[in-house]
Amino acid sequence: MKIVGHKLSFLENIYLFEIVRGLVITTRHFFYNMFFHIAHLLGYQQDVEAAVTIQYPEQTIPVSKRWRGVHRINTRPDGSPRCVACMLCETVCPVQCIHIVAEEHPDPAIEKYPVSFEVDVTRCCWCGMCEEACPVDAIYMDSGKIPKAGYSRQDLVYDKETLTKEVPLPGYQRSLNPPGAGAPKVNPMGL
Amino acid sequence: MFIDVAITLLKIAFVFGLVLNIAGILGWAERKQSAVMQDRIGANRADILGLRLFGLFHPIADIVKVITKEDWIPPGGDKFLHTLAPFLALFTALAVFAVIPFGDTLHIAGRDIPLVIADLNVGILFVIAFGSLGIYSVVLAGWSSDNKYSLLGSMRAAAQVISYELALALSVVGVIMAYGSVELDDIARAQGQYVLGIIPYWGVIAQPLGFLIFFAAAMAETKRTPFDLPECESEIIGYFTEYSGFKFLAFWMGEFIEVIAVAGVVTTLYFGGWQVPFIDSQGFFVPGLFTIPLPHLLVVVIQVTAFILKVCFFCWFMLLVRWTLPRFRYDQLMGFGWKFLLPLAFLNVILSGVIFMSFEG
Repeated sequence: MKIVGHKLSFLENIYLFEIVRGLVITTRHFFYNMFFHIAHLLGYQQDVEAAVTIQYPEQTIPVSKRWRGVHRINTRPDGSPRCVACMLCETVCPVQCIHIVAEEHPDPAIEKYPVSFEVDVTRCCWCGMCEEACPVDAIYMDSGKIPKAGYSRQDLVYDKETLTKEVPLPGYQRSLNPPGAGAPKVNPMGL
Repeated sequence: MFIDVAITLLKIAFVFGLVLNIAGILGWAERKQSAVMQDRIGANRADILGLRLFGLFHPIADIVKVITKEDWIPPGGDKFLHTLAPFLALFTALAVFAVIPFGDTLHIAGRDIPLVIADLNVGILFVIAFGSLGIYSVVLAGWSSDNKYSLLGSMRAAAQVISYELALALSVVGVIMAYGSVELDDIARAQGQYVLGIIPYWGVIAQPLGFLIFFAAAMAETKRTPFDLPECESEIIGYFTEYSGFKFLAFWMGEFIEVIAVAGVVTTLYFGGWQVPFIDSQGFFVPGLFTIPLPHLLVVVIQVTAFILKVCFFCWFMLLVRWTLPRFRYDQLMGFGWKFLLPLAFLNVILSGVIFMSFEG
């Protein structure tokens, strides 16, 4: 083992001047921040930050355009969920947080629809495999939201109605098609 | 006779009310000040009907939480000593305020009321004695907890407090030499003199080195960072591990009261006590030029306010130090106390003696 030592000079060794230097730095921060805190209280200098804190539920930082947030179910032009209850997302989900109950759809072209579509966000690992698996672009994770805390586990199981109401984050780059624009145009040969 | 008792009780109520309130606010100030120093906002979520008031409700919320917690005594512990220790910590910290003068003698309705609870002629020795008594609470807390880590923590604390007590007491010797008295009231009064007719003859002017030694040693006595090895909640376990609820709060409050006590003693010994430069019982004056007479009551109020402000400044400063410096390692702590502060305190005593002798001669 090689010990790299820093030989302290005499002034550093008696601590006093180093302590004063440290105190000067913290005092400067204290008075700088206090000045702007008081100025903000009086309504001045609002554009200068007095603290780096983000007061989370009220303030949020802008998230990346590719960031995966709470799930969202896309809708058809008539407002019904685009999901065809194919169970691909439920199957691919590594933590089994999606639960779909399928039912026959009156329209024979659609075949199936979800009676209930639940996402348990306490289990979700935000991997995004559901939106990649979805053949009809029904599930997206582009709401840009962090799930809020809940008082019970059931509060954090989002049902079909909740997921349908979510709106996409503007400019989200995962969306292949804008919502409500009909079936996706997928070339099966990849050409 | 009756009125004397009433006056003393009033003074006790004033001092204790002040000290306990400042101690409560210090708990809030510690969070907020550290936050402001570190570019954060700090605790501000406790609200009553949507009113947040800069997080001032947090101390109240803390106390409600702590009082409603279970008061647990270890089954193998000593119930009596375990209960005694936290209150001993509070008592020794509070008793110091009995001798700290917070104002000039008040002349009212033909009476002379010294604004100090007990004008003991042992003065500063009383302060040091009660500082030492504080070790008992630490040792008893560790001993009665039936926990070997608490016991080790209390041993560490006792070793630290005893080590720094020497430097603390020796640094006070310089002040006693400068003002010729151990009575805190006399010391505060003597600091109303002026050097060269213009500089207030405060303890920090007479004893700059002594002030640094005293302040460092007194910080160590309060067991706060950078000397917080007795507690060290994050790494090595401290002496109050087995305490919960109100008894834990008693230790916690005791620590803040010690901070205020140290601030009060430092103010009295080194920063003129209740003296305000260029204001004395005659009124405002510029030495050798003119005097503007002020009513006696106003002067006393100014002086008491000045004392409180000085104490608040030192509380602020000690929080600043606490949030600036990292903790000492144990060997560094002992080395600093025995190899650096103690010889320096001896040097200070000798130097002060030589200087005062040569000035008098």
